[in-house]
Parts: sequence; structure tokens; C-alpha cells
Amino acid sequence: MEILMSITVGVLFMVATYLMLSRSIFRIVMGLVIISHGAHLLILTMGGLQNGMPPLLGQEAANYTDPLPQALILTAIVISFGLTAFVLVLAYRTYDAHKTDDLDQLRGTSDE
Amino acid sequence: MNNIVILPIVIPFLTGALLVLFPKYVMIQRLLSVLSFLAVMGTAVHLLQQVGGEGIQILNLGGWEAPFGIVLVADTFSLLLVITSCIVALGCLIYSFQSIEWERERFYYYAFIQFLITGVNGSFLTGDIFNLFVFFEVMLLASYVLLSLGGLKKQLRAGIMYVLINIVSSMLFIVAVAYLYAVTGTLNMAHLSVRVAEAGQPDLLTAIALLFLVIFAVKSALLFFYWLPESYSAPPTAISALFAGLLTKVGVYAIFRMFTLIFYHEPGITHSVIAWMAGLTMILGSIGAVAYGNIQKVLAYNIVIAIGFIVIGIAVFQEAALTGAIYYLIHDMVVKTLLFLLGGAMVGLVGTYQLKEMSGMIRNHPYLGWMFFIASFALVGVPPLSGFFGKLLVLQGTLETQFYVLGVIGLLSSLAVLYSTMKIFMNGFWGENQLSKEDEKTSTHGLLLPCTLLICVSLFLGIGVEWVNPYVAAAASDLMNPAVYIEAVLGPA
Amino acid sequence: MKINDVILQTVTKIVTFIILTFAIYLFFAGHHNPGGGFIGGLVISSALILMLLAFDIETVTQTLPINYKVITGLGVLVSLFTGMASFVFHVPFLSQAHLHFYMPIVNEEINIATTIIFEIGVAMAVVGTTMTVIVSISRNKGDEE
Repeated sequence: MEILMSITVGVLFMVATYLMLSRSIFRIVMGLVIISHGAHLLILTMGGLQNGMPPLLGQEAANYTDPLPQALILTAIVISFGLTAFVLVLAYRTYDAHKTDDLDQLRGTSDE
Repeated sequence: MNNIVILPIVIPFLTGALLVLFPKYVMIQRLLSVLSFLAVMGTAVHLLQQVGGEGIQILNLGGWEAPFGIVLVADTFSLLLVITSCIVALGCLIYSFQSIEWERERFYYYAFIQFLITGVNGSFLTGDIFNLFVFFEVMLLASYVLLSLGGLKKQLRAGIMYVLINIVSSMLFIVAVAYLYAVTGTLNMAHLSVRVAEAGQPDLLTAIALLFLVIFAVKSALLFFYWLPESYSAPPTAISALFAGLLTKVGVYAIFRMFTLIFYHEPGITHSVIAWMAGLTMILGSIGAVAYGNIQKVLAYNIVIAIGFIVIGIAVFQEAALTGAIYYLIHDMVVKTLLFLLGGAMVGLVGTYQLKEMSGMIRNHPYLGWMFFIASFALVGVPPLSGFFGKLLVLQGTLETQFYVLGVIGLLSSLAVLYSTMKIFMNGFWGENQLSKEDEKTSTHGLLLPCTLLICVSLFLGIGVEWVNPYVAAAASDLMNPAVYIEAVLGPA
Repeated sequence: MKINDVILQTVTKIVTFIILTFAIYLFFAGHHNPGGGFIGGLVISSALILMLLAFDIETVTQTLPINYKVITGLGVLVSLFTGMASFVFHVPFLSQAHLHFYMPIVNEEINIATTIIFEIGVAMAVVGTTMTVIVSISRNKGDEE
């Protein structure tokens, strides 16, 4: 199972890298969303996968999933949620101000 | 348990949340912002006294004992940086009273400065590596907003680049944390230190250490500084000065912490990589600083040089050099902010960033000119100004540990710093005065007060070495002995 | 061309309340089961977003004249003050306490942790942030986050 997950993470990272290397801002934002999913899955995988077990609920539990990666992922998801929201607004503003979605045309001179 | 440790994080956070509630009352916003920074400074000084008397102060959040819960750790090093960042933020805040436009002020400008400081202080004080990531994000999110606030074309363009690079490195941070957790099974820094020491830092951990190094290097502009000049020259002066003083330094702090507390077993690999990076950073930064003719670009490349220089302290990994590096770090936070503020005042007067188009300002603005002169000499490290002591110790350290090349590069980079700042001084203040009082775009009214404040701090750091040094030396010796930190967090072994 | 969205609007009027009820369920399910302030807040904002989609932004702001930024600020304040109560009781920051009492009508033992106040703050902050972002994207000339 871990191997399958690792491959999934690898594919996600691959897709994200491809998207982020393109010139369109929207594709880059999509790339960021996908890379964050990849990173979250990676945390889950790295914590070790347990089939069908809940996270630790009491001291008597015989077997349980490590709750820490789940807590980490929750935090990371919240953060990437905020980031994605902000980046979307920023990308939209940039598009609005420059009338282009192409990073190459954004370059311009630095002394305006 | 010491609840005061949370105050440097909670006070600005609370103030920021309060400021969101009434964006229209600018005067109250200003007053509350200043009060918040003064309060944080007060608590940090109080904590510093406590640490001096009783040792490192910790707080287990929610009563969950380390290593299971999140722990906040206040040692001398982090408290010194908290105090310095408050001074820097206070300077920028007072500067922005006069220089920030009314629209920005009403647009939660002060609230986001408070959130930025929350993130910065949190990064300094946390003892948990995932929590470090969270506070990094708090700080970065606030900085994204501050960078793009106002929505000028230039800002948006720089903002997109800055945000993208930081998000990618943040994702790498998560990946590195995941690997570290998989290998060691803990994220508490003190516990990590114990586990890594037990395992003797095998190659796998060294590889993770290098991944962390790359992440923090991107955040601190060590070698990977290509994003810095563009994004730091886009926002208004007060904001770029704040960034110059604080953001990259948090990355440097993280490098210091990681490579003295956790990954210190393989200096042959990790620390020599850091040494290479430091050397290259200084060389490339010097080239940039000498080549550009735009004030903000020159100053931005000076940040890069200083980062390279500070990191020498960790590369040679020796107590005296580390003391010097911490001293230089504190000095650089203050002086770099000061230079950005002064440069911004000059740009404001002339209305252009180009050095060629300004000259002879010393006639009408002698005070501004001489402050710039003193600040640039402090940066270069002329005794008895504040940069001297740090530079001396770092260079001494390189000589004692036979890092001669690094020492020479450090000295040569000082020359580049001197040349580049004198280029600004000569072009801007000497020569024929082309700018009559009436032609000036803005006045320096109210801008010189915060600069004076910062230059006093810088002079104090230079002349009061005897008084400051015990604290810095204590910080360095704690960094060199991870056992002290571990014992404070996990209890006596 | 005028789009006929009577079906969407009618469905929205009913579904909004179902979503809000579900949000409240999720909110209280937290602590021991999946749920809590963050996810509750997200579901609440999804109800609001559905309203924004079905009707236009002017109608919604007229019926619900809420400044979402203030909600965010208040939420953060509530959460922080819950944490800071620990200063008064001399326990570590963010410590929680439990409250047990007997509820006569449903005839059950109720167990409430002080975390719930913290969670209310989180939910408010989440609703505030999400809605601020959505509203500022949906307006052409709006405010940035």
C-alpha cells in the first residue's frame, strides 16, 4: 500500500512540476494545488499506513493509526487552503491589471 | 511551565485581530500597533532576565508534555532576535506613519504588520519543527498581502513570483518534515536532536538535512536569492525595509537552529556545503551590488552579501565565529532596515530610483546624508560601529579553523559593500545640487525620527559591545551545547 | 440573455437550511468524531456560496449585511481569548477543561469541553476568510483579501 501511495505522490509531483513550468498563471496555480495534495499524501504515507484502524481514541485501544500525521495534514490543508485562496485572488488581480495570463508578457522593465 | 513565553506571539496576534475590526480609525490603529510592539519588547526583555537567572524557559502548550505536545522554547538566542525584530518593526511602523498612503493604511496595513510579527516571533520561539512551518506560513502569508497591498502593476508582478517561489519551497518543507517524521518518529526539535544523535546521523538523515538546507536557503536568500531583488524593490519603502530586516533573517535563524541542534554530526558534509553556499552567495551578491545603478537593487544585493557572511559563522562551526555571526545578525537586522529606510527617503525626495539622476542632496539634507554615511560604515564594519565586532569574530573564526578562502571572500565582500554604499552616498549626496527645495517630491518630515531611533540602536550595539556581548556569547555557547536545550525541554536525562 | 434559474433558486432556498443543519451537526460532532470548527465553518460558507451562485451578490449582501472581515477578526479574538483564559487559572496556554452536566429533556449526560468556544472562534474565522475571498473575487472592482 505504501508503495502504491508513493507512486501516486510521485505522479502528483510530476504533474504539478509540469504545470508549474508552463507560462500561464492559471496552470501554475493548478500546479500549486496539485503539489500541495502530493505533499499531504506524502505525510500520510510517511506516518505508516494502517488498514481500517481509527486514530488513537483511548488508552485501551489495541491497535490504532498514528494520529500525528493526520493532525499535521489537517494543519497543512488549512494553510494550503488559505494560500490557494490568496493566490487565486492575486492571479485574478494580476490578470486584471495586465490583461494577460502569460508570465513572459509580465516581465517588462523593472523601472516603471 | 512559563506562560509568558507565549506573549510575544499572542500580543501581536491579538492586536492584529483587533485592528481588523475598525479599519477606519487610523490614529487608534497606529497607537495600538506601537503599544503592541512595546509590550512585546518588554516581555522579551523580562524573559531574557529570567533565562539569565533560571535557564531556558519553556511552555508546553495545552499542558501536553514534550515530546508529545507542541513546546515553545525561549532561549537567549531566540529572545535576542525577538527583541531586535521588535525594534526593527517599530522603526518601520513609525516610518510608515508619514510615508504610507492613506488607502493602504485603511486597508488593514497595520493589522498585517502585526500578523507578520506574530509569524516572525513564533518562528523564533517554537521548539517543534512542524510548528516552525506553521509560523513560517503565517509570516509569509502576511508578507504576500503586504507585498501586493495597493495593487500596482509592478507589485502584482513581483508578488506572483515571490508567492510562487515561497509556496514551492513551503511544499518542500512539508515533504522534508514528512521524511524526517518517517525516519525519526518525532518532530520535537529537542527529541529530534536526541534521536539523531542516537542514530549517529546516517546518510539518510544527512540527505534530509540537505533538503532542509535547500528550503531554508530559499527562504533566507542564501545562494538562491534570485527572487529577492525584484520582490523587495516592489512595495513601498516601509514594507521593503521590514522585509529586508526580518524575513530573510528568519530563514537564517532556522539554519542556525537546525544545524547546531539537530544535524551537527556530519559537519564534513552539511557544513562544508553551507560554506560553499556562503562563499558563492557573497561573490554573486557583491557582483550584483557593484553592478546595479538602482538604489533599491544595490541595497537588496547588500542583503544577500550579509546573509552569506552571517552563515559563515555556522559553516566554520566554532564558538567564537558563532558569537560573531549572531552579533552580526542582530546588527544587520537593524542597519539593513535603516539603510532601506534612508534609501527610501532619498528616492522619495528625488522621485527616481536611478543613482545617475540624483546628486548633491547633502546641501538641503545634511542630517539624512550623514546618517546614511554612518549606517553604511556600520554595515562595512568600521570600528567602533556595530558591524565591527561581529565581523572581527567571524573572521577570527575562519582563520582559526583554516577556512582561509571563506575569510578572504568575507573581507573582499566588505570592500564590495563599501564600494556599493559609497556609490549611493557619492552620487546622491555629493556633487552639484540639482534639486531645489521646491522641486522635492515629498518631504522627509517625520521620516528621520525612526531612522534616528535605529541609528541609536546601531551605535549602542557598536559602543556598548561590553554590555551586549555577554548575552550574545551565552546564546552562542547554548547553541554549541545542544544538551542544555534538550535538558530544558525534555527534562534531565 | 436572461438566464432562467428558478429551479436553482427554489432548490437553494431549501437546501441552504439542510446544509446549515449539517454544518451544525459537524460542528458538534468534533472533539471525538470527525468534524469540528474548521469543517463546520467550511460547510457554513458553502451554504453562503450556494446562495451567492443562485442569486446575485447584491441580493445576498442586502439580506445578509455582514462584514465578513469583522467576522474573521472576531473569530480570531474569541479563539485567542479562550486560550488566554489559562493565564487566569495558571495552567499552560490552550489547556482545556471539561464540563459535565445532566440535561433533563433529552435525558442524557452532556460533556462539554472548553474547546468548543475555541472552535466557535475557528468556525467564525473560517467563514470570514472564505467569504472575504469569494466576495472579493466575484466582485469586479472589489477589495483584496
